[in-house]
Amino acid sequence: MTRRALKASERASDAKTKLSSPWASAVAIILAILWTLPTLGLFITSFRKPADISGPTATGWWTIFTNPSFSLDNYDKVLTGGASSLGSFFLNSFVITIPAVIIPIALALLAAYAFAWIPFKGRNFLFVAIFALQVVPIQVTLIPLQSQYVAWGLAASFWPVWLSHTIFGLPLAIFLLHNFMKEIPREIIEAARVDGAGHVKIFFRVLLPLLVPAIASFGIFQFLWVWNDLLVAIVFAPSANLAPLTARLAELSGTQGANWQLPAAGAFVSMAVPLIVFLALQRYFVRGLLAGGVKG
Amino acid sequence: MTSEAMTSEAMTDGSAAGSSGAPAATDAAWCDTLKSQFADISGKSVSVYTSIVAPEDKPQIDSYKAFEACTGVKVNYEGSKEFETQLKVRVSSANPPDIAFIPQPGLLKTLVEETGAVKPAPKSVADNVDKWFGKDWKSYGTVNDIFFAAPLGANVKSFVWYSPKVFKEKGYTVPTTYKELIALSDKIVADGKKPWCAGIESGVATGWTLTDWLEDYMLRVNGPDVYDQWISHKIPFNDPKVVAALEKVGEIVRNPAYMNAGIGDVASIAATKFQDGGLGVATGTCFLHRQASFYAANFPAGTKIAEDGDVFAFYLPAISEDFGKPVEGGGEFVAAFSDRPEVQAFQTYLSSDTWANEKAKATPGGGWVSANKGLDVANLTTPIDALSAKILQDPKTVFRFDASDLMPSAVGSDSFFKGMTTWVRDNASSQSVLDTIEASWPAS
Amino acid sequence: MFDFSSSFWDWFLRPTTAVEKISVMVVAILLFALIVGAIIVAVDRPKIPNWLVVGGFLGPVVLVIGGGLFYPALRTLWVSFTATRDALGDNGKKIINPSTGQVTKEDYFYGFGNYGKIFSDGALQKVLLNTAMWVILVPLIATAIGLVYAVIIDRSRFEKFAKVLIFTPMAISMVGASIIWGFVYDFKDPSVVDNQIGLANQVLVWLGLNPVDFLRYWPWNTFALIVVMIWIQAGFAMTLLSAAIKGIPDDVIEAAKIDGASGMRLFRSITIPSIRPTLVVVITTIAMTSLKSFDIVRTMSRSNEEMSVVANEFYTQQFTRGQPAIAAALAVLLFIIVIPIIVYNVRQMRISEGMR
Repeated sequence: MTRRALKASERASDAKTKLSSPWASAVAIILAILWTLPTLGLFITSFRKPADISGPTATGWWTIFTNPSFSLDNYDKVLTGGASSLGSFFLNSFVITIPAVIIPIALALLAAYAFAWIPFKGRNFLFVAIFALQVVPIQVTLIPLQSQYVAWGLAASFWPVWLSHTIFGLPLAIFLLHNFMKEIPREIIEAARVDGAGHVKIFFRVLLPLLVPAIASFGIFQFLWVWNDLLVAIVFAPSANLAPLTARLAELSGTQGANWQLPAAGAFVSMAVPLIVFLALQRYFVRGLLAGGVKG
Repeated sequence: MTSEAMTSEAMTDGSAAGSSGAPAATDAAWCDTLKSQFADISGKSVSVYTSIVAPEDKPQIDSYKAFEACTGVKVNYEGSKEFETQLKVRVSSANPPDIAFIPQPGLLKTLVEETGAVKPAPKSVADNVDKWFGKDWKSYGTVNDIFFAAPLGANVKSFVWYSPKVFKEKGYTVPTTYKELIALSDKIVADGKKPWCAGIESGVATGWTLTDWLEDYMLRVNGPDVYDQWISHKIPFNDPKVVAALEKVGEIVRNPAYMNAGIGDVASIAATKFQDGGLGVATGTCFLHRQASFYAANFPAGTKIAEDGDVFAFYLPAISEDFGKPVEGGGEFVAAFSDRPEVQAFQTYLSSDTWANEKAKATPGGGWVSANKGLDVANLTTPIDALSAKILQDPKTVFRFDASDLMPSAVGSDSFFKGMTTWVRDNASSQSVLDTIEASWPAS
Repeated sequence: MFDFSSSFWDWFLRPTTAVEKISVMVVAILLFALIVGAIIVAVDRPKIPNWLVVGGFLGPVVLVIGGGLFYPALRTLWVSFTATRDALGDNGKKIINPSTGQVTKEDYFYGFGNYGKIFSDGALQKVLLNTAMWVILVPLIATAIGLVYAVIIDRSRFEKFAKVLIFTPMAISMVGASIIWGFVYDFKDPSVVDNQIGLANQVLVWLGLNPVDFLRYWPWNTFALIVVMIWIQAGFAMTLLSAAIKGIPDDVIEAAKIDGASGMRLFRSITIPSIRPTLVVVITTIAMTSLKSFDIVRTMSRSNEEMSVVANEFYTQQFTRGQPAIAAALAVLLFIIVIPIIVYNVRQMRISEGMR
């Protein structure tokens, strides 16, 4: 890892002196802008007056540059506007996401530890099986799970959502954490064992501090996945009391009439949290990606 | 697809501003009766799930205030555009609302037969329905001889929208027979204009507008008895009588000289949003638009909807005198998924004449009627609603419920929609379209 | 009478206020932390047999995955081979529950009938066709864009900043992305409204062309949705490929240069072969994600069936159409399509495990 990074940075500086061309920079910037325009357009729109967005006087968001006018009306309506307010859905998103991130991490740490450091018969087979289950489409399990939750009396609560996200997140969590655990030099573990440390001590004292980046990597994945999920939410949390932001937002945009103001502001309310998490912890996200953690 | 679901898609900001406000009848007789029937329900709550979303939910919510003040029960209202799918999801995940307003008797039947989750209506509700509604309306809420759901709102679909102002300018008169209607259309053509306009695009339900056309014509060409046989599949969907009715529809809808005024050619009907289809009536680019009473909500604010105003509607005339005054319409029904006393108290209230009048008063913008005979027409605020109510209460009226809402959903909210869309978009032959729909009728 | 137990479960299972929701959330987390803690403490004794340790560490996970993924998948597989009909009573009539009106149904074995329907029904054939377009076009185009960008940006001084811009769509929910692009595609009939407010149509207008309703006509509407997915996935491709390109050893490149390779030839003969494993991972991963794509179609298609894909049709058949057996067959179909990818990934993993 470090050797590679070193080389990369060497090459990067190399490239700067030798290969940096204004042409390449220009193309890169143009593509980046092109990629950002759709989001920027909606973002600007979310701050425009309703009369500018819909109805006979509507104009494109690009006219803002020649004819600037801003208002917070849309956000006011989306955040505090009675029946259409997103406040309670915002809370639901948090209530759903936090346990759905923590629970799989807790369970996966146990399993990854066993897979990485405790030899037992059938270990490889079991690990490969769990790894393979990563790609099982959620659709395959959705309906039997639903009848199971109903039979257990858990329906109409947050439990089906938490449990489902735990189930769907576990294979990836185990795989990622196992890979990171494997990278920890055997000598460290051996040394701790010689000192008489048991599993608990090795787990908490030796492994856990080293695993923080790995946990962060998976944590971001799972956070974005759960926060942004629609399918699990609309099947297992179908009432307004439980539904997260995405489900509400999908409904807001359900009939695309001329009314863009509410979906526009709502979209950015729902995006704020994942964007902050993502931009702040990008490093770990990329690390997780490169470690083969991918989920659809 | 019926009224409330459609109107909610047609929502326009501010169309339901203001409300009648405070209920005064807290100590009225109806309240004493209700409280004596359902004791100790104060402080409880009832959840209501509907397809009626903001801003049209306001009159609904306002109309519950009298009930809340009387009983102390809190009504939690939740409207969703995904109502029909999400209701099924909620029922199958054991998370149903207490009350749902079901816009299609076919959906009620499916829910009852497949889930068993709908609770039969209590006696107090059945008594109200016997007293205030016609037998046919009660039958729509009955499945397998058990009465489940009382009617709530209603709408009349057999209307043609026109502009009284434009008619006056041009010297046109409102036709009272079908012959006059065609003569008027030809006259407009002779004046160099296309007379009719339509739009059927409506998301998952694209095509429903044309199912209404065919249903209206089934009643007019073949009469109510054949109409009933057609719904219950005693005659096949592609029976020659149905072909004849659809051909009759085609004489207007697929006539390039008639359609699609102010919008484009015949095929443009498929691509035009149903909400936009008749707006030309108000702007003068189109003269005739067959659409239900609830279309009123789509005209821009400030449009005067009255017999002497910018736009109004006339009854789509009967073709022959054999079948009385056929009227096609729709409505929604109150299904309960719980039999707690507070839920039953609310059902009882909704099926009463009290609620019908409260709702009328709470809907200053109009766009709502009920088949409830206790509804005082004077409480209806708009001329078009008054006209609808008058038609519903007219003894000569032969009312039939929207057929697509009564057919199995594989047909009524799927292949029928799609078939009619193909029919107008691709100019497919009437016979082949009806054959395809017939093939989709579920075997049983 | 105050019923303690029932009001407890009310709070635990039916939280309605913010305080109740947050408390049940905290309880849920503590509960699982407690389970994990208890297991660790329980197995952390000297002389405890190895199988008990393994059982303790792996037990919960095997239970959750076996019960939550494996068993339900088998159930769905079974359902996909069945169909439902009304059960008939002794009198040969439907059995109707006299108090609820419910009709008794029975499942029966239907073989490959549901699969037959999927492949013969016109509308469902279109669903399959759309799915194929998604699975082929999204990975290829997104990877191509990601690759080109990774190469260009490798020489750029704005590398970090530009990467973030391309990459950010990955953090946005597909629902959010659908709203963003729905707005880009917004169409106003020019005969009715003068101003376009959607960027795509305004660009057409600036170019002197007529505005187009991108989301109306098949297959263009499906392409319009595919563009959204490409927009999201290109950043992913770029990140992985960029890392792979930076990982090519310098001496390899130097050697090639000494041999006179440069520009496109260098790219074709050195870069591409060196990053081939990463390319395969990127393409298969994006293909898998596209295959399961549900949110974009559901949010943007205005329920227009012509845009549906298998992942979305599953939901429609299950809940809107009430055809659980067809839905199950569609889900199984999704699974069958990913099997080659699973096999490939497992092989790859075995190889890299072996290298350790």
